[in-house]
Amino acid sequence: MILHDFMSYELLRVIWWGLLGVLLIGFALTDGFDMGVGALLPFVAKTDVERRVAINTVGPVWEGNQVWFILGGGAIFAAWPPLYAVSFSGFYLAMFVILAAFIVRPVAFKYRSKRDDPRWRNTWDWALFGSGAIPALLFGVAVGNVIQGVPFHFTDDLHTIYEGAWYMKFIGLLDPFSLLAGVVSFAMLVMHGGAWLTLKAEGVVQARARAIGSIAALVAVGAYVLAGLWMAVGIEGFRIVGDYLTNGPSNPLHFEVERTSSWLSAYADRPWIVVAPVLGILGGLLTFLGLRAGREVSTLLFSKMAILGVISSVGLTMFPFIMPSSSDPQSSLTVWNSSSSHLTLFIMLVVTAIFMPLILMYTAWVYKVLWGKVTEADVSENSNSVY
Amino acid sequence: MEFGIVELSRLQFAMTALYHFLFVPLTLGLSVLVAIMETVYVMTNRPIWRQMTKFWGMLFGINFVLGVATGITMEFQFGMNWSYYSHYVGDIFGAPLAIEGLMAFFLEATFVGLFFFGWDKLSKVAHLTVAWLVAIGSNFSALWILIANGWMQNPVGAEFNPMTMRMEMTDFFEVLFNEVAQAKFVHTVSAGYVTASVFVIGVSAWYLLKGRHSDLARRSITVGAAFGLASALSVVLLGDESGYSASHNQKMKLAAMEGMWETHDAPAPFNLIGFPDQEARETKYAISIPWVMGLIGTRSLTTEMPGINDLVADAEDRIRSGLIAYDALLHVREQRDAADPATLATFEAHSADLGFAFLLKKYVDNPLDATEEQIKAAANDTVPQVWPLFWAFRLMVGLGFGFIGTMLYFFYRASFKGMNFPRPALHLAVWMIPAPWLAAELGWFVAEFGRQPWTVDGVLPTAMSVSALSMTEVALTLAGFVLFYTVLFIIEMGLMLKYIRKGPYQDVEETEAWNARHHNRLAGRKNADAIAMPAE
Repeated sequence: MILHDFMSYELLRVIWWGLLGVLLIGFALTDGFDMGVGALLPFVAKTDVERRVAINTVGPVWEGNQVWFILGGGAIFAAWPPLYAVSFSGFYLAMFVILAAFIVRPVAFKYRSKRDDPRWRNTWDWALFGSGAIPALLFGVAVGNVIQGVPFHFTDDLHTIYEGAWYMKFIGLLDPFSLLAGVVSFAMLVMHGGAWLTLKAEGVVQARARAIGSIAALVAVGAYVLAGLWMAVGIEGFRIVGDYLTNGPSNPLHFEVERTSSWLSAYADRPWIVVAPVLGILGGLLTFLGLRAGREVSTLLFSKMAILGVISSVGLTMFPFIMPSSSDPQSSLTVWNSSSSHLTLFIMLVVTAIFMPLILMYTAWVYKVLWGKVTEADVSENSNSVY
Repeated sequence: MEFGIVELSRLQFAMTALYHFLFVPLTLGLSVLVAIMETVYVMTNRPIWRQMTKFWGMLFGINFVLGVATGITMEFQFGMNWSYYSHYVGDIFGAPLAIEGLMAFFLEATFVGLFFFGWDKLSKVAHLTVAWLVAIGSNFSALWILIANGWMQNPVGAEFNPMTMRMEMTDFFEVLFNEVAQAKFVHTVSAGYVTASVFVIGVSAWYLLKGRHSDLARRSITVGAAFGLASALSVVLLGDESGYSASHNQKMKLAAMEGMWETHDAPAPFNLIGFPDQEARETKYAISIPWVMGLIGTRSLTTEMPGINDLVADAEDRIRSGLIAYDALLHVREQRDAADPATLATFEAHSADLGFAFLLKKYVDNPLDATEEQIKAAANDTVPQVWPLFWAFRLMVGLGFGFIGTMLYFFYRASFKGMNFPRPALHLAVWMIPAPWLAAELGWFVAEFGRQPWTVDGVLPTAMSVSALSMTEVALTLAGFVLFYTVLFIIEMGLMLKYIRKGPYQDVEETEAWNARHHNRLAGRKNADAIAMPAE
């Protein structure tokens, strides 16, 4: 195979860094409203019929949405194997909690309305709440930790070793900055869930979703700005020093890394990236206004814009770092040292270029077929076939 | 056996994989059976076929969701528990997993929602298309997973890169068209089809025994038996193909399954029954059939099949060769681009055996410090535990032939005896429901336990593949998974039984109105009542 030589290794790495972002954003945009609706469920819907309306707004699409999560795992494995190896074993117990949530959630959707017993249904409703709220928070906490660096280093054989006791790998994740990042992601996804329910539901469910969603939008923007200020004054950044290759072998030990006073120096080097946080803040504020005004389609688009801005701002600010190491900066994972081989990146790009447009097309078609509001009448009339 | 982090991680993987595989075979097969039933519905317009589609589709849904849920664990636990494995082979192994998501799982998961929610929103043909897309998605999913798994059994199209300290892909098409993967794929999906057929026949038989839904049940048995017969034949045929490919790729696994300690003159006999003794290195009280093993394994009468003892001697040679590679690797890694060409050449010459040197890491930190005894012990480690493999394999094969017999019988009764099934046969069909699951789990066990002590055959030992986790962490998650999965299993079984007991929703008025409307056309020339079941 020689075709892959027509694209430089460096370019492929940057493209795959971008695709990593696309996957995370795709996940947050689609599965994000599932999690948001889950977190909102007990508060926007009180009666069984109301709850079924809320659940059935995501009922036909959660399976497809969840694939973004699974594909995210697979794509990180294929394109960034060291990142896959270091992050999932490093955040071991947190990952277990997230997996547990993602296992319970499908079952809760599918099984909740299969028995009439109110206790059965109520239990599953709280399962939906937990499996939406907990990952929404933990994803942000994980990002907060990555921004500050994670305590790990590599041996000469590239085994990953984590510093500290096992319980610190879980409890230690919950430092104040990371919790703030958790608040950002939690509030953002609740906002997104609120925007979704505004579009898909009506009546009292919609009214409550708008009220809670608009508060969440303000909290998300506030916490995001606060986290930005904190990063300006209190969080050290990283940078690669000395000579290095951007198309060399993927081996972190071939690089020299040192700490800098702040990540935000990136905005001096690449001023254009300021577009991302501006989109994030603006999107959040517009979502707030949209929810207040009761606009349906545009609010969901604003909410998507906010998510796009917030997630891409993290990636753009840290570039080329993906997962820095706080205890041994030299072991930090960057775009230049933790990708797959040149050939694998190329093949995966070809496959993605073929299938990603197809996925977007048929997903759009499915959403189009399902377009329209879920009403209480829908749920009562099709009581046996819907969730 | 010492019980450490490696054993605990293996236990967790085995538990989660076996559990996931309780749901996968039924998903694979039932998705296709449901799509076939809906095809008949669209072609004939008879309401009963839509009722069948909806009924089996609902049971499919209850099962599918746990397959999805437990599959999530599979996608992430390589990184969580097997981080060195993920680093070492992710460049090759990750690709089919990601492609599975892109090409198969997205398709299946996006359309499965529409399958259940789209009955009123789509035209008949559009809904049928959706049903087939779900079935195709599920089956493509299996293809990519087995390409990944096939590579662990027979790592082709890749080589070790000393600069990145990992295996890297050299030829994607070799990975894709790996003969082991292809045989495994057809073997596994066929097993799924058999599972679904046995399930459909068993549940339908129960309705017939209870005298309920007999028109729906008889038709279901007919579809199940035809589909199941073809699949049961395919399972055994492709199982044989797997054995044949193992005879040149995984000689040790095959010898262990067979309990064959000494190399036998060609053609080797097949031990029908025996008691393998790992210590004494012999299979006691063996009843053998001459020639059969040679024929299955090599498809010739003259090719010799090596026994375990000779393979251990080979492994010892490869460990020594691997040590030369390891020594050269340390220099190459140190010098990077400046490495001297002679050392590089030495490394290249021996790098295929590098994995064998890693077998010594279990005993010493630096393999170069290993003593003669340790080398011998490591060579002995290449023999998997024989008796579980020996028996699991025989039980699986026995069940496989049992399915062929059962399917043949039901197919015969359905085709030539007017869908009339004697009660003892129906009782047998109900009792047989768990059998394909047992066979499928045994098959997984033979394939993966037989691969030990390697995660990737000849490349990376299992002991080296694990993450640097504490026992406490893994014990916690293992306990969590066991608890969690047990609860889910009980809930799933409860719902499955509830909905089977409740039975299909049959709109009698609609069926009768349709029958009355089409009576003349169906009665045909002989003026016989074509609607009535012949057996009634």
